[in-house]
Amino acid sequence: MDKSLISRHISRQFNAELEDIRQRVLAMGGLVEQQIVDATRALVEGDGALGQAVSKADYKVNGFEVDIDEECSRVLARRQPTASDLRLVVAVIKTITDLERIGDEADKIARMATHLATQERSKTNYIEIQHLSRHVQQMVHDALDCFARMDAEAALRVAREDVVVDREYEALLRQCITFMMEDPRTIRRVMDVIWSIRSLERIGDHARNIAEYVIYLVKGKDVRHITLEQMEREVLDNTDP
Amino acid sequence: MTVVSKATPLIQGIDVDSRARGRPVAPVAERAIQVEKLSLYYGQKQALHEISLDIPAKKVTAFIGPSGCGKSTLLRCFNRMNDLIEGCRIEGALRMDGRNIFDADVDPAQLRRRVGMVFQKANPFPKSIYENVAYGLRLAGVNRKRLLDDTVEWALKGAALWDEVKDRLEDSALGLSGGQQQRLVIARAIAIQPKVILLDEPCSALDPIATLKIEELINELKEEYTIVIVTHNMQQAARVSDYTAFMYLGDLIEYGNTDQVFTRPAKRQTEDYITGRYG
Repeated sequence: MDKSLISRHISRQFNAELEDIRQRVLAMGGLVEQQIVDATRALVEGDGALGQAVSKADYKVNGFEVDIDEECSRVLARRQPTASDLRLVVAVIKTITDLERIGDEADKIARMATHLATQERSKTNYIEIQHLSRHVQQMVHDALDCFARMDAEAALRVAREDVVVDREYEALLRQCITFMMEDPRTIRRVMDVIWSIRSLERIGDHARNIAEYVIYLVKGKDVRHITLEQMEREVLDNTDP
Repeated sequence: MTVVSKATPLIQGIDVDSRARGRPVAPVAERAIQVEKLSLYYGQKQALHEISLDIPAKKVTAFIGPSGCGKSTLLRCFNRMNDLIEGCRIEGALRMDGRNIFDADVDPAQLRRRVGMVFQKANPFPKSIYENVAYGLRLAGVNRKRLLDDTVEWALKGAALWDEVKDRLEDSALGLSGGQQQRLVIARAIAIQPKVILLDEPCSALDPIATLKIEELINELKEEYTIVIVTHNMQQAARVSDYTAFMYLGDLIEYGNTDQVFTRPAKRQTEDYITGRYG
């Protein structure tokens, strides 16, 4: 399926409904991206007020999820979509669940940031978190981008990135353990850092999920719970639905 | 329960080697009908272009497609209803039990006993409910009252109509509601124990509840019969069928598992049709 398909229904009203859903998912995605950026900045810059603002804004993400879900139910009930239309609605219902969870993770990071702002600063100035966060932000951005463009191959690249993020997370975790062993007085603070990087790693997983839904949407193939190699084969197989 | 003895098959055994390669064939365990390069002409106009497909036994196969795509024409080939149309010429073969039903020595009346048909508009005879169902049996030479009674009851139960009419079997069939008439016609079709039941838009004149009853009936009937249904209602095809064939301008575009056709059709034309897009 490609993007132009949305606008080719005989019913213009149906075109409008699907386009509206698509736009709302992208708007929700944009908001979620901003939440990750702000939460990370609050943490790295020790800005407690910004952390609180991020936590407070989570309700907007939740609101998007509820609204889009309702719109999807309405389309299912009224239009009984089939084929690519059905896959779009199913993919959207799943995507917004992951986006909402990303929002929750951003909220968790923001709460850690608010707490850490009252503590002594880390010697590394949390620069390692900044790096992991940028990587994850790019993944979320790319996942939304391939949803917007309905690009399965770009989605495959997002899924590949998740492996790199996982490795980066492992390395950071080891570093944190070293800090705690060196100076047990930092344990409490480092635990907050661990929760934060854990949240970022989870955001990477959610971005990968979204990329998988895009592959389902475009190719009609369910690529969850399979290896990257299998996923590559499915995506590069050109028997287009 | 005693029922009429089954009609003898046109020919014993199934011809398994006649499958042409590369044609759209659903993964089928047992084939009831094999259509081989079937072309049909109304005078100069070609209405079907070398259609090849297998109809699986004891499954529901749906034909969908826009008006004039040839789906009803193809359905009518299955019991040689097109024989009645002047200027109609058929090439290719349609095999049941391995035998081409267009062969000169196949008796159409015998064939139609094996392949029953139900039309868009219910067409009960202006007779009693009982006589409508018993009609085909009498034609087949069944006259024993007891056997007729049993078979009529069995057929009406099979068509999920018995409970509604058992106390008024002698009333005129024309007094039944549209949905009841359609189920009566189905009872009439199954009374003579056909192998295949053809349904041409069986629900298009019915309200949604009567439609659901027919759909439920189709689901039950497939335990015993091979069912082929032509429908304009795509949701209906999606609900009742195991396999779906999409036809367009006399060509078979796609034929496959209904789940697959409605979630990820292989052909763009199928996708456009079932999702309601400009072709």
